[in-house]
Amino acid sequence: MRSAWGLAAPLGLAYAAFFVAPLLMLFVVSFYADEGMTRFGTEQWQRFLFDAFHWKVIGDTLLLGVKTMLATILLGLPLALVYREASPFWQRVLLFIVVMPLLTSVVVRTFAWIVILGREGVVNQLVLGLGLAAEPLRLLQTELGLVISLTQIEMPLLLLPVLSVMARIDPNLIDASASLGAGRWRTLVRVILPLAAPGIAAGCVLVFASSTTAFISQSVIGGGRLVYLPAMIWQQTMVAAHWPFAATAAIALLVSVSAVIAVIAYAGRIAAGRVEMPAHG
Amino acid sequence: MARRRSVGDLSYIAIIGLLAAIALIVLVGPILIVLATSFTDSRSIRFPPQGFSFRWYELLLDEVRSRQIHRAAGNTLQVAAIAASLATLLGTMAALAVARGAGRVGRLADAFFMSPLVLPGLAFGLAALVYFTLLELRPSLELLVIGHFIVITPFILRTVGASLSQLDPALLEASRSLGAGRFRTFRRVTLPLIWPGIAAGAFLAFMASVDNVPVSLFLSSARTDMLPIRMWGMMESTLDVRVAAVSGLLILFAFILMLVMERLTGLTRRMRG
Repeated sequence: MRSAWGLAAPLGLAYAAFFVAPLLMLFVVSFYADEGMTRFGTEQWQRFLFDAFHWKVIGDTLLLGVKTMLATILLGLPLALVYREASPFWQRVLLFIVVMPLLTSVVVRTFAWIVILGREGVVNQLVLGLGLAAEPLRLLQTELGLVISLTQIEMPLLLLPVLSVMARIDPNLIDASASLGAGRWRTLVRVILPLAAPGIAAGCVLVFASSTTAFISQSVIGGGRLVYLPAMIWQQTMVAAHWPFAATAAIALLVSVSAVIAVIAYAGRIAAGRVEMPAHG
Repeated sequence: MARRRSVGDLSYIAIIGLLAAIALIVLVGPILIVLATSFTDSRSIRFPPQGFSFRWYELLLDEVRSRQIHRAAGNTLQVAAIAASLATLLGTMAALAVARGAGRVGRLADAFFMSPLVLPGLAFGLAALVYFTLLELRPSLELLVIGHFIVITPFILRTVGASLSQLDPALLEASRSLGAGRFRTFRRVTLPLIWPGIAAGAFLAFMASVDNVPVSLFLSSARTDMLPIRMWGMMESTLDVRVAAVSGLLILFAFILMLVMERLTGLTRRMRG
């Protein structure tokens, strides 16, 4: 047993030196009072927390994550339900289709949505061509456009854990539910969803974490008028060179995202718990 | 009663089927559109593309006119190769320890090692910049390797951990009772059984490093430019059509590697877990 933990020591040390230590340093830097980092004080935290604008930015960032999460569930969950019923061959094809975008760079996927949502983009050509609108729709630099893009960009992260739980659901349970007279909607809500809850929660955590920190998608598709925490952190670090304030904003991102993740994980456990209740006949 | 239920079932099939179809289009469509756009003959990025040509690929491959992109791509591949190798070695060792360490400590260690996956990457990127700068280290490829190493290691832990959990302990006992030492058992029994997991993890870690933005955003510099950051610059300024050509090559690169890894390791099933 002792020698087994020895195997983890190199990675543990690497994490201590290059993961834990930098994060602790970030925390320390946020308590520098001034830009030049000469004296300690809580000025940056006061500046950050006593300004309604910053709370709005936090709210917008978390809300963007939640909206993206809900949109990926709306489209991803039905795809996972189809996957569950598909033959092994089609399951492999679907899995390939899900994984492929994940291995295509995030920047490439962001770029794709510029081509699709731009003034002369695919959507506008369709809308104008069909006479549904007189003028090109403005989709880039709107939150709607950003949520649509992030839905595609993040959906594979939701799907992988969900497909995993779907593949493990015992088909006999579905048959039992049907033979007891439940329709497909009822089976979905009472049998499949509780069984899939851990996978859905795991996927939601990944989607939420990834979309709230997706700096390039947020800045290229969302544009300068939509301000989210990542843009603020980047701007304060690289443009304003104000590290203590950037560190404060980064810790705010870390804490607020972690808090929501904890809630999602907890909700997942509660939803999964429902499966222990006796099935209604 | 029976009839009403079948109406409900029909609505289920219609609604779920429609949403799933939209999901498929949304997942695949953008990638096909980028591929098609990269062959455009015009100076603007539009879909459907006007004309068909390889001119943007030719410009992209031109060593003089696309020098900066080439250097960024070279840096990216170099960092990814080294970071993924390190992550594979240390990650596999740690996964072996975590798999053997039962109970609460094992779970805690696992959660700790996996945490870079859900931690906002941007916060870690800034933390790494602040840390290295205060240690008076200048931006370099080595620092990028270290930063990437941290955020890609969870991929190894996940795939190797999954392989280890499927390993039959009886095989290890059999090997040991036949007189093989710990190291010999690992080399002759454990390793051959878990190597597809290691290979799949190494591949995912490599791809995650190639794709990484949050760490590179803070740790790269003009001299150590990275491909995703350069592509971002190309998109922000003039919407250079070469972005489409780079994207086309990256898609092709990912597609081929994925087919190879699927053959060798059953990659997609491992990613599903």
